[in-house]
Amino acid sequence: MSVGTYTERPAAKTGENDWLSVPWSRPRPKRAGVSARLISALTILALLAAWTVSAELRLVSPVFLPSPAAVWAKLVVAARDGFVDATLAQHITASLSRVFAALVVAIVVGVPVGLAIGISKVGRGVFDPLLESLRPIPPLAYLPLIVIWFGIGEPSKILVIAIAMLAPVALSTAAGVRGVSRERIDAARSLGATRGQVVRHVVLPSALPSILTGLRIALGAGWSTLVAAELVAATRGLGFMIQSAAQFLVTDVVMMGILVIATIAFALEFIIRRIEHALVPWTGRQ
Amino acid sequence: MPHLALDKVTVHYDGQPAPAVERVSLDIGKGDFVVLVGRSGCGKTSLLNVAAGLVAPARGQATMAGRPITAPGPDRAVVFQNDALFPWLTARENVAFALRLRGVPADKRARRADELLKLVKLDNAGDKRIWELSGGMRQRVGLARALAAEPEFLLLDEPLGALDALTRERMQTTLLDLWAAAQVGVLMVTHGIEEALVLATRIVVLAPGPGHVVRTFETHFGRRYAAGEPIRAIKADAAFAATRADLTDAIFEGEAA
Repeated sequence: MSVGTYTERPAAKTGENDWLSVPWSRPRPKRAGVSARLISALTILALLAAWTVSAELRLVSPVFLPSPAAVWAKLVVAARDGFVDATLAQHITASLSRVFAALVVAIVVGVPVGLAIGISKVGRGVFDPLLESLRPIPPLAYLPLIVIWFGIGEPSKILVIAIAMLAPVALSTAAGVRGVSRERIDAARSLGATRGQVVRHVVLPSALPSILTGLRIALGAGWSTLVAAELVAATRGLGFMIQSAAQFLVTDVVMMGILVIATIAFALEFIIRRIEHALVPWTGRQ
Repeated sequence: MPHLALDKVTVHYDGQPAPAVERVSLDIGKGDFVVLVGRSGCGKTSLLNVAAGLVAPARGQATMAGRPITAPGPDRAVVFQNDALFPWLTARENVAFALRLRGVPADKRARRADELLKLVKLDNAGDKRIWELSGGMRQRVGLARALAAEPEFLLLDEPLGALDALTRERMQTTLLDLWAAAQVGVLMVTHGIEEALVLATRIVVLAPGPGHVVRTFETHFGRRYAAGEPIRAIKADAAFAATRADLTDAIFEGEAA
């Protein structure tokens, strides 16, 4: 893809491009986009077919691999009548609100921390080792400590997820802040910007693409942590639903839960990319 | 009349064995167009950064209207080679940036920004995003943004360096128009010999090792353009060719052939 020959395209068409390409880039032959999608669709269809065949032929016991039809049926039942005292919608709402509450906490804490790491030596000295040592610890390891400290209520669950999200948000913010071009800052200063104005009007907007990438990674980390967070004293939530089902070997509900989480995560990813296109359309085009 | 002055300025960057610039003095009055030329490593940009307040001299002093320069300020607006515009803002919002920093109300700063965009001949580009503009248009926005700060001096660090030859030539006359209209003093760094001749009222030739002044030319070609003479006629003048030869000699003086 050559630089400098951008032609404007209506925003509605950006969906045709794969996510690596830029919406205003040179229009490519249409077939390239379609065939990539087609391959994805075919892959999913092939997997579904293999799954159906092996389940129908009883190649694997239904205890281990229930048929797609059975999983679908469970989805319908769970949506209508519920599973372990809550409907599917209630499980989804419980999990989504935990993930989003955690995301808010991670943003409120992580962006300022990342900013501090990026712009000040003291900030880097204080927070960098903390984050780097926090990052590799698996949520299941610190979960007991959180429960001892904060009890078994909702705040603990949100906190477990938020801790997992903190490092990606803060480190992406820091990387974005450090990547701000010297000339941009110097230009702002020579136009009369104070240190605070430089941060607010130049550094933060410059770092926004990187921050948004951090949020995307954080959401992924959040979903990974969800099941751990709902291990303790949850009565609702997708992670809780999957664990309850697993205890009674209700494999079709386990698989249904996994697919629901995958679908939601996929949808969120899509939405965030849309937000990126709307908020930082200049990325990769300077 | 305020002067921007460098007095025996030495620039020595941390960790470097030798200074980048040694004992260079400059004096730029309002209405002057001073151009620094010289081979790579002669410290042109270092001097500009000292005047801007972005680099502190190791010895000597930079002053603005007699007061020492210790920090960048809107009285000395800088325009860089890579426009350094803000892509999250429209062209108009970029131009209005300095006014926004000062808390000028939105409608007033938009009006002023439009005036300045008109001055740089970008009347209809106010709503455009930065990445929709060509290199030449971006530099015009950059110049308008600097002028919005109402500077006494414009500091231009190879502002036309990234442009193609034709755009560059057109931008040179734009620069002269702005200089005449805005009544500012200009300190500019360039690699272009002809560019220096077309624009300057004074050309300061620097040589490296460490950077020092080898010669100063008082020229008048830019003033002649500002007075109304066509740029083609000025460039065709025998005096232009003669000065050009002298200037070229001065730049390459002392360099092994």
